[in-house]
Amino acid sequence: MNRLYAARRRRNRIAMGLSVLATVFGLGWLVLILGALIWHGFNGLSIAVFTEMTPPPGSAGGLLNPIVGSLILTALAILIGTPIGILAGTYMAEYGRYDRLTTVVRFINDILLSAPSIVIGLFIYEIMVAPMGHFSGLAGAVALAVIVIPVVVRTTEDMLLLVPNPLREAATALGMSRAVVIRKVCYRAAQTGMLTGVLLAVARISGETAPLLFTALNNQFWSVDLNGPMPSLPVVIFQFALSPYGDWQSLAWTGALIITFTVLALSITARALAASRKES
Amino acid sequence: MTLSVPTGAGFVASTRARALDRMRMGDLGFRLLTRAAALGVLLILGAVILSLISGSLPALQAFGLDFLIAERWNPVTEKFGALAPIYGTLVTSFIAMLIAVPVGLLISVFLTELCPLWLRRPIGIAIELLAGIPSIIYGIWGLFVFAPFLQQTLQPFLIALFGNVPFLSSLFAGPPYGIGVLTAGLILAIMVLPFITSISRDVFEAVPPVLKEAAYGIGCTTWEVVRNVVIPYTRVGVIGGVMLGLGRALGETMAVTFVIGNAHRISASILAPGTTISATIANEFTEAVGDLYTSSLIALGLILFVITFIVLAAARYLLLRIERRVG
Repeated sequence: MNRLYAARRRRNRIAMGLSVLATVFGLGWLVLILGALIWHGFNGLSIAVFTEMTPPPGSAGGLLNPIVGSLILTALAILIGTPIGILAGTYMAEYGRYDRLTTVVRFINDILLSAPSIVIGLFIYEIMVAPMGHFSGLAGAVALAVIVIPVVVRTTEDMLLLVPNPLREAATALGMSRAVVIRKVCYRAAQTGMLTGVLLAVARISGETAPLLFTALNNQFWSVDLNGPMPSLPVVIFQFALSPYGDWQSLAWTGALIITFTVLALSITARALAASRKES
Repeated sequence: MTLSVPTGAGFVASTRARALDRMRMGDLGFRLLTRAAALGVLLILGAVILSLISGSLPALQAFGLDFLIAERWNPVTEKFGALAPIYGTLVTSFIAMLIAVPVGLLISVFLTELCPLWLRRPIGIAIELLAGIPSIIYGIWGLFVFAPFLQQTLQPFLIALFGNVPFLSSLFAGPPYGIGVLTAGLILAIMVLPFITSISRDVFEAVPPVLKEAAYGIGCTTWEVVRNVVIPYTRVGVIGGVMLGLGRALGETMAVTFVIGNAHRISASILAPGTTISATIANEFTEAVGDLYTSSLIALGLILFVITFIVLAAARYLLLRIERRVG
């Protein structure tokens, strides 16, 4: 009996030890990756990175044009994707809560949420770049918008479902129509949660590279023309990192550092917002 | 002439009717608008599938089913086959799942059973931040830090260890390049780890405490509770989470593109360079000349989309089933 008990305890200790190890292993990668980013990218961080254009190989320069390009692409994608996502989420949570359509849309939306982003790039290439005959910033923004929509749909629906029904009933009893109840009461109650969704969407797309490779392409020069190829930070990192030139590689590391910390700051802000909502 | 000021019950009724009408119209309009947006989501999926099919028609007509089973990939003679990228996609994802599933499950066990309460949130968030790091960052880190590290440590070790073991020696044959199928698989493992962890943690937390307490009450150890109560109870959900991670691994592009080596051949050794569907598209699409080349790459995209669609749909179906059972 005692021997059996000892064996069970031993097995338990091994399993629990392994689970602690697994956690250390998982967290270790985060530390290693962030550490490498700071190690390789921090030295390159200077004012010039934010004020100068991407250089030809062998000379100094910065990342101004890809940073501005990324900002434009991201803003435009959010501008296109958010309204569509919010409206679709509204239908699913409010008008069609018990519809067949909602079940189908939710299923498809969840699939789009994890669909490979490179396929989205191919899709936009087929419907925009090929017919127009040239790469364009607009195509890149639309590709990113296709990635934004499912994220926003999901959070909007979830957050509207959390709005307590008595609020809707009270507003309806005052004589408001359904549309007014949704816009003036439900949206306001779910505001923070919906904002979280948009922040998560920004975090998601600001590091996306694959869908931009053959839509917005890249541009070595200053370009804010939506109708032409537009540089973006992730694509420049991709190009510079795989180049044989040392200065380009170190600029790529600096760009990687900027993107990562922006994205992490965004997702931590989103989480903090969500948490503050839960507590209040 | 006197101005007739409308008064009385008739006026009130008519303005009220008008206001009601306006409200009804506004409501109908908003309802239709939101419905259109919801249908738009379906439309996106339909459009993605249609555009991929139409784009890949030339290649599929030229090669037929051969496209799926041929290994050749020759842009010069315009003969294309998808077998090498499909093989690479499956093998890298398999390596990733082999590592990420047990590690992810163990982390969730730690988070739900062992971890002190105050540490749970920070560790959970830190693991989820791994999912937030963009794919290209994994790529640049993999190429400049991780691959050289593997080249000097793990890969020579594996070659020496299995050099004289039959079968395994061919699996770990060849010089340690650093980049290759194994490296891509390991990086994918790190990338899908947070997805598996967060879903299995969520389903582990959904186990009714009474069940666990009863098991502890008859003297089970923590491991026995996990093994005999928690895992059987949450099996469907865990499989759903694993499939979701698999869907991610299959479609992951940038990180793999950096470290796989982009070689269109199937090698027995997992230390050799290879390619995946997404890496092939990312590397070659903008340089593809000729309609057949472009179309073959789009056909690769179609294959990838079909595979991930099936895996993700299965994942969602399993997760829906567990929700229904609980609810």
